[in-house]
Amino acid sequence: MTAELLIEQFLNGLQFGFMLFLMSAGLTLIFGVMGLINLAHGSLYMIGAFSAAATFAFFNSFWLSLLASFSCAAIVGIVVEKTIIRKLYNRDHLDQVLVTFALILFFSELVRWIFGAFPLYLDVPELLNGSIEVFSGIYYSKYRLFIIFVGLIIAVFLFFLIGKTNLGIQIRAGQHDREMISALGVDISKLYTLLFGIGAALAGLAGALIGTIQSVEVGMGEPILILAFVIIVIGGIGSIKGAFIASLLVGLVDTLGRFLIPWVLQTVTNPSDAMSVGSAIGSMLIYILMAIILILKPTGLYGKQLS
Amino acid sequence: MISEKNISYISLISIFFIAIFSEYFNEPYLITLLSRIIIFSIAAIGLNLVLGFGNLISFGHAAFFGLGGYVSGILAIHAFNSELLISWPFLFNGSNNSLIIWLFTIFFCSLLALLVGVFSLRTSGVYFIMITLAFAQMLYYFAISWPSYGGEDGFSIYVRSTFFGINTMKGINFFFICFFWLLIILFITSKIVNSPFGLALRATRFNLTRVRSVGINPFRIQLLAFVLSGAITGIAGSLYVDLNRFVSPSLLSWQMSGEFIVFILIGGLGRIYGPLIGAAFFVAFEQFFGSYTEHWQIFLGIIIISTVLFAKGGIIGFMLKYQKNE
Repeated sequence: MTAELLIEQFLNGLQFGFMLFLMSAGLTLIFGVMGLINLAHGSLYMIGAFSAAATFAFFNSFWLSLLASFSCAAIVGIVVEKTIIRKLYNRDHLDQVLVTFALILFFSELVRWIFGAFPLYLDVPELLNGSIEVFSGIYYSKYRLFIIFVGLIIAVFLFFLIGKTNLGIQIRAGQHDREMISALGVDISKLYTLLFGIGAALAGLAGALIGTIQSVEVGMGEPILILAFVIIVIGGIGSIKGAFIASLLVGLVDTLGRFLIPWVLQTVTNPSDAMSVGSAIGSMLIYILMAIILILKPTGLYGKQLS
Repeated sequence: MISEKNISYISLISIFFIAIFSEYFNEPYLITLLSRIIIFSIAAIGLNLVLGFGNLISFGHAAFFGLGGYVSGILAIHAFNSELLISWPFLFNGSNNSLIIWLFTIFFCSLLALLVGVFSLRTSGVYFIMITLAFAQMLYYFAISWPSYGGEDGFSIYVRSTFFGINTMKGINFFFICFFWLLIILFITSKIVNSPFGLALRATRFNLTRVRSVGINPFRIQLLAFVLSGAITGIAGSLYVDLNRFVSPSLLSWQMSGEFIVFILIGGLGRIYGPLIGAAFFVAFEQFFGSYTEHWQIFLGIIIISTVLFAKGGIIGFMLKYQKNE
């Protein structure tokens, strides 16, 4: 194994982590402020990717499709919030799980109806095609660097939004005491809709960015949704900082684990066994990580203590 | 007079007689559907024990369903191929005998439930939902990436396991075995729910402090319920694999866990016969709408959303309420 390969895998893990952050940031805010478990967040990710693919097919422009991804996801998110999700805020977790599970069935089937069952593909634009020298002698895909860059900008934007703006103050206040901030004259239902829209937009953007590397297909949202849940549980539900750290942790552990474990096992067993056992363990690694963290800290790294 | 008891007895009797008639009119597909309904309801009855009566929202019961399936499938395929399964401490070739398969299933699923329970019952609320989901996903990814038993594709078992010389390959005979299991499980759960243990479990839903103050350790109660629940759902997985003669990682998928919750919800949460009604409705719905459009899940989604938002209490709850209003 060479150092170049290791660095490349490290950057892949970082890129994956930043994408996971786009998903988990919305999820953790929605849970922290509205107390809602939103399983349909993965559907918004899928909707973003499909909107991007459809726009790309019409206008053949990557940048336009990126714009379409988060605006369509935000619009769908806002409509769903106003019609269905709103009724769930005062319900128990079970009802929330069921309704948002049903939303997944609905959206997956609807998208399959409109676009068919075959995967769609998005092209990387000319500007981001190929690779670039990051360190001396080490080349890395321009597009993946672009994803890291976008993730970084959005992370900075979110920390600024939550930490420094008036809206952020309302969001943080909403996490602590919903009734009090509505008593103080904040239009709580508008705040909820806005927050849900922001979360949906981030998920949609992540869908389009990842859809370009992989393929755009029905059911693409669910694996990443489950990872996002693992992240917000590890980071502590409601904490943006926790989501950020846990996203990078999960991205790196998952990518490097799948890569390193078979390699380490090769030193003790024969290569084919090492490959199969290693990939099996590698794919379980983040769940093991989550179980360990929850055993040590039942409310996650930055979670509030259970009352 | 509609009461919960009557609805339950009527549904059991009608399933039984529909099966008999289907055999008489030579409709093997219908018998398979009925067996599926029964197996799904056994799985959901297991989940209902913790979810409906203990308010522990496990989003990972597919783990037990799938483990039951894999244990049965692995025992059966080794017996079929006469391949050695383990060589220590004794030679064991797997088994094709239902009783042995069920025994192994119960053992391994209880063990897994004990393990998952010990860890996840330390948490509560949304963390509990997520950690049970995580355990199920762990098994799912393990099954997908473990090449010995088919990996992502799963594997087929060619004959059903044998039960006292009965020809289980005949649909109606296998249906009777499933029906018999359903009766046993329904009997056991109704006994459990109304026992002192069941009362303690139901009490943990409301107030843990009060449960503790009368000298009951809620963790032990919940853990025991979780183990029983896992074993019951595991049996369903074993029967399901036998019915389809096919094992695949989709048994372990999180959609499966979600569907079990849906069965319970549609039937009526915290009712012993709720899962049976819910599973029957679900399979009938799938068949009916599935014959018109392959996109039937759109309508399923709409039905679930409306049930949760407007018809709390599921089908049984709705029927009982309707009666009261009259």
